[in-house]
Amino acid sequence: MVPIELVLALGAILFCIGLYGVLTRRHLVIVLVCIELMLNSVNINLVAFSSIGPFANITGQVFTLFVITLAAAEAAVGLAILIALYRNRESIDAIKQDLLRW
Amino acid sequence: MIQNAWLIPVFPLIAFIILLFLGNTLKEKSSYVGITAMALSFILSVIVLFERIGGETYSFTVNWITFGDSTITMGYEVTPLNAIMLIVVTLVSLLVHIFSREYMHEDKRINVFYSYLGLFSFSMLGLVLAPNVLQLFIFWELVGLCSFLLVGFWYFKPEAAAAAKKAFLTTRIGDVGLLIGIILLFNATGSFEYAEVFAHVEAGLVNDTMITIIAIAIFLGAVGKSAQFPLHVWLPDAMEGPTPVSALIHAATMVAAGVYLVGVMYPLFVASSTAMTIVAYVGAITAFFAGSIALVNTDIKRILAYSTVSQLGFMILALGTGGYVAGLFHLTTHAFFKALLFLGAGSVIFALHHRQDIRKMGGLWSRMRITSITFMIGALAIAGVPPLAGFWSKEGILAAVWEGGDIFLFILAVITAFMTAFYMFRLFFTAFTGEFRGDHEPHGENKKWMTIPLVVLAVFAIAAGFVNTPFGFWLEDFLLQGLTLGAQAHGELWLAGLSIVIALGGIGLAYFMYGKKGTVPATDTSNVSGVHKLLLNKYYIDELYQAVFVRPTVAIGKFFWEVDKGVVDGIVNFIGRATRSSGRTFAKRHDGQLQTYGLVTIIGGLAVIALAFVVRGYFG
Repeated sequence: MVPIELVLALGAILFCIGLYGVLTRRHLVIVLVCIELMLNSVNINLVAFSSIGPFANITGQVFTLFVITLAAAEAAVGLAILIALYRNRESIDAIKQDLLRW
Repeated sequence: MIQNAWLIPVFPLIAFIILLFLGNTLKEKSSYVGITAMALSFILSVIVLFERIGGETYSFTVNWITFGDSTITMGYEVTPLNAIMLIVVTLVSLLVHIFSREYMHEDKRINVFYSYLGLFSFSMLGLVLAPNVLQLFIFWELVGLCSFLLVGFWYFKPEAAAAAKKAFLTTRIGDVGLLIGIILLFNATGSFEYAEVFAHVEAGLVNDTMITIIAIAIFLGAVGKSAQFPLHVWLPDAMEGPTPVSALIHAATMVAAGVYLVGVMYPLFVASSTAMTIVAYVGAITAFFAGSIALVNTDIKRILAYSTVSQLGFMILALGTGGYVAGLFHLTTHAFFKALLFLGAGSVIFALHHRQDIRKMGGLWSRMRITSITFMIGALAIAGVPPLAGFWSKEGILAAVWEGGDIFLFILAVITAFMTAFYMFRLFFTAFTGEFRGDHEPHGENKKWMTIPLVVLAVFAIAAGFVNTPFGFWLEDFLLQGLTLGAQAHGELWLAGLSIVIALGGIGLAYFMYGKKGTVPATDTSNVSGVHKLLLNKYYIDELYQAVFVRPTVAIGKFFWEVDKGVVDGIVNFIGRATRSSGRTFAKRHDGQLQTYGLVTIIGGLAVIALAFVVRGYFG
């Protein structure tokens, strides 16, 4: 049995990588991919607690299914927004999207 | 009709309201509205006077406010005194309305002028009809307002604006005194009604010191309004207003309101000998002092203004020495001949294209015959030449002062009477006889709109005195109805002789100095000295007030202004500036970069979590 700390550490590492990508990458598709990464780190946590947590039960796995569904929907909407953005501004560089500044 | 006396002030009020809304479309036709309203008022006043002569005092009041045991009423009453005042006010106002049609016809704001005149006439008539002191005070302030508006009518002239301000502020000092007097009076007697107040006073329910204080406080109001020393300074400056205004407000009616006030409150004054003495001395000093300034002045309107102050002093003096009838009689006759003189001066000024310096006049006799003759009648009347109106009333005043027993006051009065005759004829000879010395030839006699009021007033200046002569004291019998004042002084024959000698002496001296040789008062006044210089500078009263009251007040005002600007505004501005600059600084951080926002959010979230751990000690 893998100790829960290791699984949680994996989740945390994945989350930080995703967060780092969201905050630093200029390509918005990559940013979107990194968000998926963060969602998946959460999934790992949920699954871990569901099987080896102190109160192991099925709820965590059900939630994971929900998150995956949500991630799929989010990817669809996010990509649609990016396409619309690209058509309008001919760029999906994160730094150039500053219409809402002061 | 006496029950409908309230309509008398209502007509000019209606005219005012009409002109307020339709003035701009009526323009020059505004004058007809004003004239019609005043004519109606005048006719009604005449009817009311005759009904009052044949009848009783009529009064009508309604309750206004009730609190505790006291009730404040409003209404109107027709007493002998105010029946006469109604005639004076409506007649002079009507003639001034007529006169102004021509005098003001070039002014674009003639409709505004007529609406102000209407408001003034309403206020003045309301003041006269008031049955209690409180209502009188309300209208008293209204006439003050109208005076301010009309003196400053040509507000674009800096002198006129300053004069209006000065008139308003100076009379305000007196008004505060009047208000204090009214409050004390209510406190002492529990009523504002004249009749109840006097009943209280006569029954001895108010102690003597209180009566004196109240009387003096009320007299202060009269001092301000009637331009008595030491609050006389505003009246000569008020001559910056249009001349018809000077005739109406600053000669015949509003300035007489002070004298009228003393007349109305007379039983109160009689109850305090101290107050009477003060009244008499203030009157005498004012009469002498203003008369002496008029001796050397060279502005036609200012001479008349100082003359007005002096004559008002005369009336106050008469009232102060017990000459109730004499004072009010002089008030009536003076209203007619002073309005005549002012309108005459207006006629001259109009013909000379608004030049007022008598040294630049001369020879008007042959150029403006009607104005000259009527002006001469006015001058003779004010100088006190029998049988004109001024002779009878002035002789009455001298008799009252003589009976009063204070020889000092009598001497002052006699000297003033002499000065009056002298300065009026100095003015007359300089302006109307000799050669024309101006640079603009006058355009001849003015139109009938201007000359008819002069003629009417001249008739009154001649005839108004006959209502109270040794051959028949009708006015006296009428005025004393319902009053218990004791006998009024009647001059003996030597006094009449004395006043004739004084009048003719003054005229004669003026003739020898200015009429005969055609001498003109010197233009160069830089090397005059002594008394003459003192008089030319009006006893330096304006300078004194400037130094003692105006400058310190202005300095205090400036100080607080600086405090306001520096400290109060400073704090407010600092807060404003700080908010704005911090806003600007933080706004720069809003660079629209999604990832920066995200980073900041995460750092913030981590900080909160770290804080929670530190505070709750999860790390320890």
